[in-house]
Amino acid sequence: MISPGIQTTVQDLGRFGWAHFGVSAAGAADPLAFRAGNLLVGNAENAPALEMTLVGATLEFAAPAVIALTGSDFGAGLPLWSPLEVKAGETVKCGATRSGARCYLCVRGGIGVPPVMGSASVHIMTGVGGHPLRPGQVLPIGGAAIRRPRPPARGIPEYVREGLLRVTPGPQAEWFGGRWAAGSYVVSEESNRMGLRLRGPAIPSPAGHMLTEGVSLGAIQVPPDGQPIILFVDHQTTGGYPKPGNVISADFCRLGQLRPRDPVRFEQVSIEQALGLLRDQEQWLYSL
Amino acid sequence: MTIRPASDRSLLISFGDEISLRAHRQVKLLTRALEGIRGVLNLHPAYASVLVEFDPRLRTHSAIEDLVRDRLESASHAAEMPARTVEVPVRYGGESGPDLEDVARHTGLSPARVVELHAAADYLVYFVGFSTCFPYLGGLPAELSTPRLSAPRKHVPAGSVAIGGSQAGIYPLASPGGWRLIGRTSLRLFDPQGSPPPLLHMGDRVRFIPVPEDRA
Repeated sequence: MISPGIQTTVQDLGRFGWAHFGVSAAGAADPLAFRAGNLLVGNAENAPALEMTLVGATLEFAAPAVIALTGSDFGAGLPLWSPLEVKAGETVKCGATRSGARCYLCVRGGIGVPPVMGSASVHIMTGVGGHPLRPGQVLPIGGAAIRRPRPPARGIPEYVREGLLRVTPGPQAEWFGGRWAAGSYVVSEESNRMGLRLRGPAIPSPAGHMLTEGVSLGAIQVPPDGQPIILFVDHQTTGGYPKPGNVISADFCRLGQLRPRDPVRFEQVSIEQALGLLRDQEQWLYSL
Repeated sequence: MTIRPASDRSLLISFGDEISLRAHRQVKLLTRALEGIRGVLNLHPAYASVLVEFDPRLRTHSAIEDLVRDRLESASHAAEMPARTVEVPVRYGGESGPDLEDVARHTGLSPARVVELHAAADYLVYFVGFSTCFPYLGGLPAELSTPRLSAPRKHVPAGSVAIGGSQAGIYPLASPGGWRLIGRTSLRLFDPQGSPPPLLHMGDRVRFIPVPEDRA
């Protein structure tokens, strides 16, 4: 690692089975790009890879490798969504993003870091699984490839589209009525992997007795000031604010690509529609 | 019991909307009964509810709902496991508990009396959550109830023993926080670098043992 950019971490698809100890899953912020990258280089979809945020990393390869860059275009001058051979001594230099918030660098064999509590994912605030990478760190390449690299991906989903997030009803949906989702928002600078804070028309906070309860990834919580917060991959496991909606699983990839100041609006869908959209996404992944 | 979807991959199972021992027992039973089931990704217990997150490619809402009813039914016939009691040594006041004087002022008690009451009580870990192994403790004597800080501290040291309204808790890791800090323990509730199980589990009993400043 010559330079890690703004924030580069090792992630996999998350650390599950610890929420009842208050440890949320963490994992790739854009799971679609992450899984696609791993499939393209011939890994299992959960192999540890690098997640870069807004400004990418510069890496020198001490040994030959097969990599794939997926997600947003960080100006590396290399084709995205395609397996690429890198020779020993070559450098891959990513720069500032030209599209969304995150770019993944998947390497054939995976990043060879030991799992902590069953996962390689870094949970930034607590340090579970490690910390953001620093210049000079040497990352071993693992031996986790399971098949040959794939051909370049075709029909890449247009998954970052004008900040549209589809939502299903949250546990307190009936407190809010149907109109809460009508406003247009922008992503605040104070957003991070714990939560995406939105700025825009306040959602009236309904009166109601609310006991702290478990919260899910993508939950839209409305604190008293009415400015919604979307709980993201490093989210708290429990919370006391009411939640009118929850971003659908098929749009987690869109959440992962939202940058500060990007626009966001909501569209309400049923759970059946949400699962249909997820199936379409899975079909594309398995076509790789 | 009410069951409703919280998202396209989770169900929220609620046992009323009050903090009670009865609800806590149901939460504990259900959490234990659902641990380790294929397709169930995470369980988020709280005071009177459990959020069940599942893999929507492997499970449906109705299949999870059936599973919840079945497992709860069979678990309710099993004998309750005896509660563990965990003793937590605490240095009260001074640098370890910078808010002890404020709690004393707010409650109209002397700092020594605050410590005495706090350490005499028997606490129950209702659940562990929020952010990384934070135990939500019931059993704080009503006289010690003190509102949270109006602006949270940016840095609360690991092991801080705290009061937030009528709740008691211990900060497992250094983090921001708005509860009143009355002491600190050197017990490690959780080590993010290793993989040992966290110290405190839902349903444990906790006693605080006052120790001199140079110990614990």
